[in-house]
Amino acid sequence: MINKLNSEDIALGIRRRVFEHCIKNNGAYLSQACSSAEQLAWLYNEALYLGDSILPSVPEKFKGVPNINNKSYKTGAGYNGPTGSEYDRLIFAPAHYALVAYATLIEVGRMSPEALSMFNKDGSSVEIIGAEHSPGMEMHNGTLGIGLSTAAGIAYGRKLKNEKGQTCVFMSDGELQEGQIWEALQVSVYYNLDNLWAIVDVNEQQVDGAMSDVLDIGNILKKINSFGAKCIEIDGHDINAMRQAKNENHIGKPLIILARTSPYKGMKYLKTRFPRLHYVRFKSEEEREKMNNEISKELGISPIQY
Amino acid sequence: MIEVVNKPYSYSFKSYASKNKNILCLSGDLTSSCEVDIFRDEYPKQFISMGMAEQNMMSFAGGLAMSGFIPFIHTFGVFAYRRPYDQLLASIAYPCRKVRIMGFLPGITTPAGMTHQAIEDISIFRTIPNMTVIETGDASEVESICEEVDKIEGPVYCRILRGSVPRLFNTPLKIGDIRILNRGNDIMLVTTGICTEEALRARAAIASAGISILHVHIHTLKPFKEKKIIDLISNVKFGVITMENHLVNGGLGTIISEIISKHGLSKKLIKLGLNDTFAHGGSKQYLAKYYGFDAYALINSIEDFIGQKLNINDKDLETARIENVHSLSKAEAL
Repeated sequence: MINKLNSEDIALGIRRRVFEHCIKNNGAYLSQACSSAEQLAWLYNEALYLGDSILPSVPEKFKGVPNINNKSYKTGAGYNGPTGSEYDRLIFAPAHYALVAYATLIEVGRMSPEALSMFNKDGSSVEIIGAEHSPGMEMHNGTLGIGLSTAAGIAYGRKLKNEKGQTCVFMSDGELQEGQIWEALQVSVYYNLDNLWAIVDVNEQQVDGAMSDVLDIGNILKKINSFGAKCIEIDGHDINAMRQAKNENHIGKPLIILARTSPYKGMKYLKTRFPRLHYVRFKSEEEREKMNNEISKELGISPIQY
Repeated sequence: MIEVVNKPYSYSFKSYASKNKNILCLSGDLTSSCEVDIFRDEYPKQFISMGMAEQNMMSFAGGLAMSGFIPFIHTFGVFAYRRPYDQLLASIAYPCRKVRIMGFLPGITTPAGMTHQAIEDISIFRTIPNMTVIETGDASEVESICEEVDKIEGPVYCRILRGSVPRLFNTPLKIGDIRILNRGNDIMLVTTGICTEEALRARAAIASAGISILHVHIHTLKPFKEKKIIDLISNVKFGVITMENHLVNGGLGTIISEIISKHGLSKKLIKLGLNDTFAHGGSKQYLAKYYGFDAYALINSIEDFIGQKLNINDKDLETARIENVHSLSKAEAL
């Protein structure tokens, strides 16, 4: 696809869209948009080599779970384009970021804005926690920690087939608490999976609050490097830093980019909710109105009508 | 004498997998324990050592399937579901991926105790949507299972016998079929896995005592073709005995009880197997006796059904074993 917009503008569009949805629906995974907007904008707009979407711009309704008799079953990966040996493949690991993923698909023109009206509606495939059939998804990641292992399996298979395309995982730092992530790193390093790379949204938040208060996991840069992967830490709101990190030599090793981010980037007023940022639901009409007015100003838009 | 086959999985997997480069052999640090070491040495490109990391192994296998390969996971049955259950569901079962899970050391076939004995695996796997569940009971079934499961597009869990495995049947395993080993009309005996061989030890002695047994061997536990068994259950005089190397709840005994209740068949059912208990470390013969699912337990159950003693002793069972294997184990598929 030819980039019609720059990634910074897409990131702003993602924040605006998720914010609008949050105000209108009295809640959303809002802080995730703040922390990951640049990463997702950059992935879809620049970093990944993807074909055009092969699924309808307005998502189809839920058509049943996978089963050998469900012939019409499709995953949501078609929004990322076809699978083909030359294309990159994106595994979207933190399924709780689904709303941000949907907003990204809309901003990059892979999905229609109407899709968000289907969000979390019965019978819709635009689910609140990204399912395998949800736009942009290829697997269930609501259980955290399985994304990197799956991507490692895909990458191993693609190496066997000499495919040119790479396998990328978008991750979050909270899931690094899961032991499976470290198992996946072991195997990816042991098998020299340099066709595998990940960008981790290090926003230091998890459901119960700040990771430092829930279960601090220490120096993850040091840990991942000591596992033998190529790990780089960058400012996760700096798209230039992402471009450089992606170009780092990681022959024989998977590349893990730690994108250090703020969970209220672009919406400073959200800090009033710290440390409970995982899901923002307004405690009162006053709070909703205040947040609407304050954050709209920051995002350069008029307050949302709801 | 009974023919005992040495490591049937070893050569049958090699013969099958070497013909298709898309088949990948995964091992969770149990390569020789699961008899795929010769395959690893001869076909290293199709072998992936996954180490002791089962959670990763399950999701990794899902990823391999997503890039067009057919992974065969080799580990002990227990390690295929206890620790990595979440990954088993999310990465293999839900997406209905063509992944084959070869679970070794079913039930009490290991002296290694609770941590190694898969005693609830069938009850767990058969409740997982999309999953096919097969248990091998002799060398011919172990030899034919890889080719046979190839037909199944979704995930499969197989209980595999290793080491010295008796050959009881002379036809390959056919998914969904049942094997009628003996026709009779007093009591129906339904057995799976190693319990079929154990039941064969007692059958001639039981016949000499004048009891006519309808003996059926089951290998496909899910999907269970109940139509094939309803009439058989209906036509026996006293009732049904199930015998399984597993907890009596959730496995074969439960499957048969579900069929009996669903179709309103008024037949009594005695379920032999581990009865709401874990086992401990010991030999197969000792454990089957201790936990009440050996040939003696079978004879006791028959005595309960008919209300009289059969007076069968050790000597009768030894005799029965030698005679049975050649004369009565001819497989018959419905």
